[in-house]
Amino acid sequence: MATVAQQRTLPLGSSKADLQRRTSWTFWFWAGPAIVVAAIFLFYPVLNTIWSSFFNFDTTQFVGVKNYQKIFTNSSLLEVLRNNLLWLVLATAGTVFLGLVVAVLVDRVKFESLAKSAIFIPMAISFVGASVIWKFVYSYAPAGKPQVGLLNAIITSFGAQPQAWLITTGINNFALIAVYIWMWTGFCMVILSAALKGIPAEILEAARVDGASEIAIFFRIIVPMISPTLAVVTTTMIINVLKIFDIVYVMTGGFYKTDVVAVEYYKQLFTNFDNGIASGLAVLLLVVIVPIMYFNIKRFRQQEAQR
Amino acid sequence: MSTVNPVSNPAAVLPESQSAEGGETEQRTPLQRLLHWANSGVTSVIVVFIMLIWLVPTFGLFVSSFRPAQDIKATGWWTGLLPPWHFTIANYQSVINAQGLGQALLNSLIIALPGTLLPVAVAAFAAFAFSWMHFPGRDWLFLAIVALLVVPIQTTLIPNLSLFTNLNITGSYLAIWIAHTAYGLPFAIYLLRNFFGALPSDLIESARIDGASNWRIFTGILLPLSVPSLASLVIFQFMWVWNDLLVALIYLGGGEKAPLPLAIADLVNSFGSNYEVLTAAAFISMALPLVVFFSLQRYFVRGMLAGAVKG
Repeated sequence: MATVAQQRTLPLGSSKADLQRRTSWTFWFWAGPAIVVAAIFLFYPVLNTIWSSFFNFDTTQFVGVKNYQKIFTNSSLLEVLRNNLLWLVLATAGTVFLGLVVAVLVDRVKFESLAKSAIFIPMAISFVGASVIWKFVYSYAPAGKPQVGLLNAIITSFGAQPQAWLITTGINNFALIAVYIWMWTGFCMVILSAALKGIPAEILEAARVDGASEIAIFFRIIVPMISPTLAVVTTTMIINVLKIFDIVYVMTGGFYKTDVVAVEYYKQLFTNFDNGIASGLAVLLLVVIVPIMYFNIKRFRQQEAQR
Repeated sequence: MSTVNPVSNPAAVLPESQSAEGGETEQRTPLQRLLHWANSGVTSVIVVFIMLIWLVPTFGLFVSSFRPAQDIKATGWWTGLLPPWHFTIANYQSVINAQGLGQALLNSLIIALPGTLLPVAVAAFAAFAFSWMHFPGRDWLFLAIVALLVVPIQTTLIPNLSLFTNLNITGSYLAIWIAHTAYGLPFAIYLLRNFFGALPSDLIESARIDGASNWRIFTGILLPLSVPSLASLVIFQFMWVWNDLLVALIYLGGGEKAPLPLAIADLVNSFGSNYEVLTAAAFISMALPLVVFFSLQRYFVRGMLAGAVKG
């Protein structure tokens, strides 16, 4: 197909080599700027960061894997990794699962576009704006005083003790993850909902007539049929969550045992001036992403082959 | 209905099942109808409940931003909904005048407009090349760029910062425009390439045979046909640049060029003394993305479909 097209566009009197040279020039003219920018500002930094992670704080002395040793032995850095893992599991699962459930549910109500808009609104709001909103939800006053925070007002009206949601360790990480889920469920919902619309109605009808329960239809038909889209959404969420920075930075500053890799990276670089440890932390994120990247490239090639 | 055996003849399943369903609706007992109604009612109630949870926090901020400072600190926002009302626009006035957020809003616009248009333009050129030009190693280059989609921004901060410093543009708008172009590229190329590549090849090839130049094909065929995906990409990129905190923090720092999220983050960190200013500032920062989102929402969803659901 491609060769046929090439032959057809071949002007009279020009050789194939001429054409090759010309297409190659045209290609670089159109794709060149993007490739150059990506190479300088994305690809080179990746190599540089991997390099720096094997050096000391100001990249003057080779230290081998000492930075990595410190990351995996220092208790406060280990806590950062644990928090990121908690985020990775809960925030990814929460957004994808809720997004899927909501997408399936809004498919069956009359006010679908209204419901979708309501759940998508947080997407348009900045992390910083969201953090302000949630400070109003999590705001804390000692017991007996009037509660300004919505959550504490609700639980004290049921007679419970008010909680300092963002300070109490054991609760605060979940409080922060809830903010993320609130923000990104809409994103998952919109994409998954679009995929749901692609399932032919006859298949669902046939299953219902055959007596399949709604639960069975969900797991045996809906989920398998939208699995490529589920993979896209899950990958996007994993990448996003690994890089989580804004919510934690603004709401707790990483204190009270809520620190995550991106915030700790920032602190190491700009407070401790330790380029080695900072680079090591960044490389860890890269390493976690490698299997996900491999999976995506495989999936992408399957798609290409089917085209 | 009980006599239908759906597996006996696969070819007849569809018509049979349709007639069976038709019979079912006619013969539905009042109890079944009640159950059906209750079922859809329960779904509606659940959806409304989720909607409320999602909207209440934003609504609370909206109400708070119109309340006087002492009220915000003393009582919950929901008490402000009951008469007597004390709504005021003083918070918005003090934000824009006294706290210098007006300047930050302007800075955000100066950063966001080129920060949106540059990457979309560069990515559109590249996506055209990746989908409709033949070049050895083209797919490997494309794969490499898609792979960069998953590179954490954190890894690029130090090298880019030192490069910008060598070029003596750290802290300038130029630096942050370049940065946003680079960070937006992989996703933009990925999305647009999927869309451009899905256009019928007859269209492009016949234009080529008719002697149309690449530029003519790009502006006359590709761009007009890709308006939905371009619009969705513009919204994505705009929201991302507008809401960005990290990139601005690193390459611009604080000071007089700081965009809104950075200025608001400073307000939040010095929390307590100016709670009321915070509410109005946050709402100002989210107003423009909301307007952009609602005005282009139709394109947004359809464009997403092109990138994510295809294949």
